[in-house]
Amino acid sequence: MALVLTEEQTMLRDSARTFLADNAPVAQLRTLRDERDGDGFSRPLWQRFAEMGFTGILVPEAHGGLGLGHLEAGVVMEEIGRHLSVSPFLASSVVAVTAIRAAGREAQQARWLPALANGERIASLAVDEASKHRPQHIALQARRDGDGWVLNGEKSFVVCGAAADDLIVAARSAGEADDAQGIGLFVVPRAASGIETESVAMVDSQRAARIRFLSVNVAADAVLGPPDGGGAALQAALDAGRAAAAAELLGIADEAFARTVAYLKERKQFGRLIGEFQGLQHRAAMLYVDIELARAAVIKAQQSLDADPAAASEAVSVAKARAGRSATLAVQEGVQMHGGMGMTDEFEIGFFMKRARVLQELYGDANFQADRLAASRGY
Amino acid sequence: MNDTAGLADFRTRTRAWLEANCPPEMRRPMASEDDICWGGRRWRFASDAQRLWLERMAERGWTVPAWPREYGGGGLSADEAKVLAQEMRALGCRLPLASFGIWMLGPALLKFGSEAQKREHLPKIVRGEIRWCQGYSEPNAGSDLASLQTRADDRGDHYIVNGQKIWTSYADKADWIFCLVRTDSAAKKHTGISFVLFDMATKGVTTKPILLISGKSPFCETFFDDVRVEKANLVGTPGGGWDVAKYLLTHEREMIGSIGERAAAKPLGQAAASLVGTDAQGRLADPLLRAQMAEFEVDEAAFRATMERFGDLAKSGQAHPAFSSALKYYGAELNKRRHELLMAAGGSDALEWDSERSNHGFAARTWLRTKGNSIEGGTSEVQLNVIAKRILELPGA
Repeated sequence: MALVLTEEQTMLRDSARTFLADNAPVAQLRTLRDERDGDGFSRPLWQRFAEMGFTGILVPEAHGGLGLGHLEAGVVMEEIGRHLSVSPFLASSVVAVTAIRAAGREAQQARWLPALANGERIASLAVDEASKHRPQHIALQARRDGDGWVLNGEKSFVVCGAAADDLIVAARSAGEADDAQGIGLFVVPRAASGIETESVAMVDSQRAARIRFLSVNVAADAVLGPPDGGGAALQAALDAGRAAAAAELLGIADEAFARTVAYLKERKQFGRLIGEFQGLQHRAAMLYVDIELARAAVIKAQQSLDADPAAASEAVSVAKARAGRSATLAVQEGVQMHGGMGMTDEFEIGFFMKRARVLQELYGDANFQADRLAASRGY
Repeated sequence: MNDTAGLADFRTRTRAWLEANCPPEMRRPMASEDDICWGGRRWRFASDAQRLWLERMAERGWTVPAWPREYGGGGLSADEAKVLAQEMRALGCRLPLASFGIWMLGPALLKFGSEAQKREHLPKIVRGEIRWCQGYSEPNAGSDLASLQTRADDRGDHYIVNGQKIWTSYADKADWIFCLVRTDSAAKKHTGISFVLFDMATKGVTTKPILLISGKSPFCETFFDDVRVEKANLVGTPGGGWDVAKYLLTHEREMIGSIGERAAAKPLGQAAASLVGTDAQGRLADPLLRAQMAEFEVDEAAFRATMERFGDLAKSGQAHPAFSSALKYYGAELNKRRHELLMAAGGSDALEWDSERSNHGFAARTWLRTKGNSIEGGTSEVQLNVIAKRILELPGA
């Protein structure tokens, strides 16, 4: 398959770009931050996402979605990164939807997917328990209780966790904390008794949650797949999230780079445009190549996910690692080449740096991905 | 792979043909660069299998699958050529013929050559009968190639060429040269240059190999002393040589950029693990080297995807013409990195220079050779200049 967008995908990109530029630019993020918005995103905007069909991209048509793929989700994610738009799209429309599709029985899909597809409900995956992403390390305990289950433990870095209506909790029903087996995915309404949510504003002004589960009851029909065999579905959801985060990072890298190149062409020092200096030209050229590598890696990962999710993990790790590094370089060079202005809150370049840092960490940073690639390749 | 029905059929037939016709010896990975088949009047085949493989592939035009049938090529579509390359890789088939005629001169002749030039030279390139070398750089014209001084004086029906070239790859083994010469010394730097072809056996041509840090001599100094070149051997227009050269350099850059890609037989980290050893968990025993290997493989995979994407963009006319500079720059740097890592993985074993055990210092010599990747065909710095100017359109670049 060609590593370029089709005509339909290009149209989707253009419409997402126009829509987000008009309705969710960086200025909106600044306003949400300054007003200390409790959700960290705009509910009316989320409704518009649903009207545009974005929320249903990965949901099958039978459940009220568009039945498109990870490539299309990535196209939207890239534009989200370009504009630093804030929404539960990644957490709910990509990761949660993928988890339910990967492990949910038909009745469960029919129960949860339509409300996610039309944006009425928001769901988020709760996986991390420590400051670094280690999805094989899950200690939150799921104990059998009659027909159902009881959850005890803590989760952190749950994206949009405080705004979520439902949590998909990765919990251990068997084995020890670092075992690959014995993990289940449990769907819990966030309003359930025994759930304590602490909403946390992050460096990029988005919100995540630390969530405590104190003897939270889960009904038997709210377990996605086998209670001790949810590992594969968890991987599928995480890989979808990694590829989508990589696409958002790519959008960030692209936009930060475009703004920086524009600045090199307008800022004068020593009587010359600073873009005339070879010291900056070569750094800009190297950064350009770096971002092109990320672009190709991201499309490759999305196509691999759409072709065969089980065989896509290497391509996904490459994309997340590469986009993470490229975006990190792009925002650092962006701030540096903007000089003192780059350090000011007034200039938007710093917002890109903050979001890139959060996305680097989300679902595993570049080091995590490289380590996973090495392990997968047998060394 | 989602082939159309026609392509799927082509794939099946191609696989069957390769299985029947590629000798088993030609399906083993090359042990060293001595296994590469370059062809030419003076070529001595390393084995019957090497000769047979070249003849069979050349017969079908598959040494150059995408060139037109009328010039001896395979006449395959871009998709078919890709399938052939995939099937060859899947069976481990070696390249039947390596050739500057295929990679550089041929594309230039197809675009700028006269009908007579195409009919004369292309079929011999396809069959590996004539080995070509490239006369571009001069002692005082390296990165600043357009300041070249080799002179071609107009003598009516022919030119008389005088001057010196340097870094002429395999000039001592080549049969013909494609060469940049100054036909108009009064014209501006870029416009007085012409692109000519001549036989290296012509009176007045001498070559002198240059010993490199690798202990090998793939390059020569080449001297022209009153060399007679017929005007029929000028490609394009007099004074139009720079356009031909630029076009050809684009192909050269893609080629150098893709060197690492073709060389990748098995993941570098696995190769390193077999050299260094592994810990109880099966991880490469040197954790920092393992991390560097993993980062390298991330970049290598991304670079592969980038080349694939560039090919796809080119097919639909969306590729930026200067993007080959990006591929050349990154491919060269990546290949240097690969061999730095291989040396680190090899440790003191990789330092041996001429023992049988080390295959005559293959690792060390290859490592040293790759240092030229970011110099030849336009330095990395020149590629970055091209990107800054033509893609980013930075001022004064």
